[in-house]
Amino acid sequence: MLSQIAYEWPEFATYYNWVFLAGAAGTTLALSALGVILGSVFGLLLAVARISDGRLLLPLRVLAFAFTEIFRRVPFLVTLMLAFFGFQIFFSDVPLFVVAAVTTTFIASAFLSEIIRGGLNSVHRNQWEAAEAMNFSQLQTIRHVILPQAWRVILPPAFGFFVMFIKDTALASQIGVVELTYAAKVLNNKGFSAALAFGVVLLIYFAISYPLARLGAALEIRLAPSRHHRP
Amino acid sequence: MHHLDITGLEARYGKNTVLSGIDLSVARGDVIGLIGPSGSGKSTILRVVMGLLPPVSGSVKLDGQPVDYAKAADVRRLRDRIAIVFQQYNLFQNMSVLQNVTITPTKIKKRPKAEVEEEARVLLAKVGLGDKLDSYPDQLSGGQQQRVAIARALALRPEILLLDEVTAALDPELVSEVLDSIRVLANEGMTMMIVSHEMGFIREVASRVVFMASGKIVETGPAAQIFDAPTQPRTQDFVSKILRH
Repeated sequence: MLSQIAYEWPEFATYYNWVFLAGAAGTTLALSALGVILGSVFGLLLAVARISDGRLLLPLRVLAFAFTEIFRRVPFLVTLMLAFFGFQIFFSDVPLFVVAAVTTTFIASAFLSEIIRGGLNSVHRNQWEAAEAMNFSQLQTIRHVILPQAWRVILPPAFGFFVMFIKDTALASQIGVVELTYAAKVLNNKGFSAALAFGVVLLIYFAISYPLARLGAALEIRLAPSRHHRP
Repeated sequence: MHHLDITGLEARYGKNTVLSGIDLSVARGDVIGLIGPSGSGKSTILRVVMGLLPPVSGSVKLDGQPVDYAKAADVRRLRDRIAIVFQQYNLFQNMSVLQNVTITPTKIKKRPKAEVEEEARVLLAKVGLGDKLDSYPDQLSGGQQQRVAIARALALRPEILLLDEVTAALDPELVSEVLDSIRVLANEGMTMMIVSHEMGFIREVASRVVFMASGKIVETGPAAQIFDAPTQPRTQDFVSKILRH
């Protein structure tokens, strides 16, 4: 296999192929980043909506509940296909990347909302009560008291999800988005061996996800106050 | 006019009636000692007054003004004037001692930070924790945490202070340091309602003692009356049991 790769290498390592791969890596990175960043923001909003109380906010709670339960349960690929055909019917000129980005953001939001909600719920009730007795609003309580204590519980599964999620963006290749997996298939079809085409892509995936995992570990130390790590 | 006027107060946890027909008037500067067996509703009175458990019926008046617990604005106004110290301290675990004391005055009451911090240092020194400003709650003993909780409540500049079994979770050795802090407040004329099992302490600081059982007030009177010459059989029974120890 190695001699095969060495034999193909000079032809593979052309300027054109690198530009093609770089573009595809950019798409994967963008899909991942959008999912991770927007997903975290919307996930936090959904989680806060779900733990809110008061009759006025009931519709919001129901909506947030339905959203998370649906998008966590439907397979990624099915959601992607539905979004793809839905967009085709109503906005046919929307770029494929946008379809994929919207879908990944939806799914990331749903999963992260549950992770964040679990973290918020892990903080002892007496913290809420103390804040309430001192006239904190619910949002002030979450911001100053609950969320800072919840990071410890939220971060490990959230970054676990991010790493999984980057790999899942490969599914966007199924609707024709030219991301890394799609690019590997194209190169494979052009005659390069699967070992080479997918091997190179594997390394690029690793290069995207490894720093993210490191960032997670660093954030855990920075944000999670415990007996051992103080900010 | 009474500082705090409670009439016909009734409260439930689910279907359990935990308070029925509570009438209690607290004058300015009064120190009310609430005693009674576990589950008699002592702590619940404090929780209802604080708006942490909505009453089913009855009224609470603060300086003669009725408080409508269904109205958020009413509850906010009340919480601006009454502070509570919890049995389990409930300090914010993610904040240092100083932050615990300053967060509400600065972030919620929007008072100037420098002034609040200065005041917090004085308060913490007063409860004997001037050297623990940067410690976190989990680095402190129970007695120290409880004194931080008292300083945190005082930083709100309350007119009335509610103390919910503030020594119940403490080692006997730590009890006296917390009681010393409260004694100072009583001498300064702070209106207080103290739920406690420390009978000796209640006898010493309380201007009036309220004995409760099964969600009702059984007997009210000066400490000397309740402890030495109770008129109700239920009170006599309770007092004879606790004084034997």
